[in-house]
Amino acid sequence: MTKREDMNLMSCAVDRRGLLKCMAWAGTGVLWTVSGGVPTSLGLIGEANAQTAAATGFTFMQISDSHIGFKRPENPDAIGTLKEAIGKIEAMPTKPAFMIHTGDITHLSRADQFDDADQIIGGARIPMHYVPGEHDYVDEDAGKAYLERYGKNTKGAGWYSFDQGGVHFIGLVNVVDLKGGGLGNLGSEQLEWLEDDVKGKSASTPIVVFAHIPLWIVYPEWGWGTQDGAKALSYLKRFGSVTVLNGHIHQLMQKVEGNVTFHTARSTAFPQPEPGKAKSPGPMQVPADELRSYLGIARVDFRQGSEKLAVTNTALSAG
Amino acid sequence: MTNIASTAPAHQPARSPRLRRLISAIAILVIAAIGLSVGLSAAPVTDATVKIDNFTFGPKLLTVKAGTKVTWVNQDDIPHTVIDKNRKVFRSKPLDTDDKFSFTFTQPGTYDYFCGLHPHMTAQVVVTP
Repeated sequence: MTKREDMNLMSCAVDRRGLLKCMAWAGTGVLWTVSGGVPTSLGLIGEANAQTAAATGFTFMQISDSHIGFKRPENPDAIGTLKEAIGKIEAMPTKPAFMIHTGDITHLSRADQFDDADQIIGGARIPMHYVPGEHDYVDEDAGKAYLERYGKNTKGAGWYSFDQGGVHFIGLVNVVDLKGGGLGNLGSEQLEWLEDDVKGKSASTPIVVFAHIPLWIVYPEWGWGTQDGAKALSYLKRFGSVTVLNGHIHQLMQKVEGNVTFHTARSTAFPQPEPGKAKSPGPMQVPADELRSYLGIARVDFRQGSEKLAVTNTALSAG
Repeated sequence: MTNIASTAPAHQPARSPRLRRLISAIAILVIAAIGLSVGLSAAPVTDATVKIDNFTFGPKLLTVKAGTKVTWVNQDDIPHTVIDKNRKVFRSKPLDTDDKFSFTFTQPGTYDYFCGLHPHMTAQVVVTP
């Protein structure tokens, strides 16, 4: 990021007017909490710290819900908007260390859709870490298409963990074996694996968990939540910093609960209505010239010595 | 024609071709009407449709006789699937907008089903003997 952008972020967080500007900038549907976590974190990415961020930390990206194959009026060109998102990432002065895709890569789990997504995202030449969305698990063999491409070194339906720069990353799959009338589901096998995975890790290890459906209950009427998400979070209670990155709801939402910061990303394909503001959670039609303000990418910065990770959202419409 | 009808005795068949044609036409209509009414009351319904729109199955409760073919039509602008609750009886491939899925219910019973993509969408087919 340039110095000028850093200064804008600083002023964004520091005072009330700046905070309101932030909220408008990030779009509707954002829940900000002033206490703990995010706004103060934004201040960290300031002019004074820009130099040190690169030296003693790293940056990674989150994109989500690219829905390649979607061609409806809400966005007839989901391929184009994904290309724009990747273009924004490619234009960053410092290349991010890697990128996380929190699922719904494709719209219908079709081979050509996976191919297209892979080609576009691969163009950024950044290491990728995926977790599937429910749209990636609807092929005839329920997940074979996804796992063939992204199942290497994963367990079960595609969960895994890895370490980078002192941070422990956990990719969870909560879109398989969904029960009728229910929410997202992790299942006992995955939960047991998770409990074991974090056992023995120092509580000062920053943890990043990423999964498609929000791990906390956002809006059960629309299935926006994970029925056994609380169980997963209980295994992470002792850690000083936990960042949860999700997608699925196609809008920004943020929540801070103790040491846990929850963040949902925008889609790169189409927006969805805010909870309860429409009859159903389907694609939301917005004026064509406003579409890109509803789509976007997220950048996550980790600085050594600061346990909390900083999440910055950029809409596709931003310059 | 009126003259002939008023002068001919009722039990005698009409000799005019025009009148004969008229009587044949009326007879055909009467037979057809009887046949149609018999058909409507006795023939079983063999097809039923469930429309998917706005994340809802409509009707949510469908009652059919055993042997009925039920067709789901996705009129929503997001894909849906149709899966029975126990994942044993029927399962559609992903239905994009305007896609259809059909299943013929041969066994009586109550079939709870849901959308595999959006599990909060549920509905029921009740099959009578």
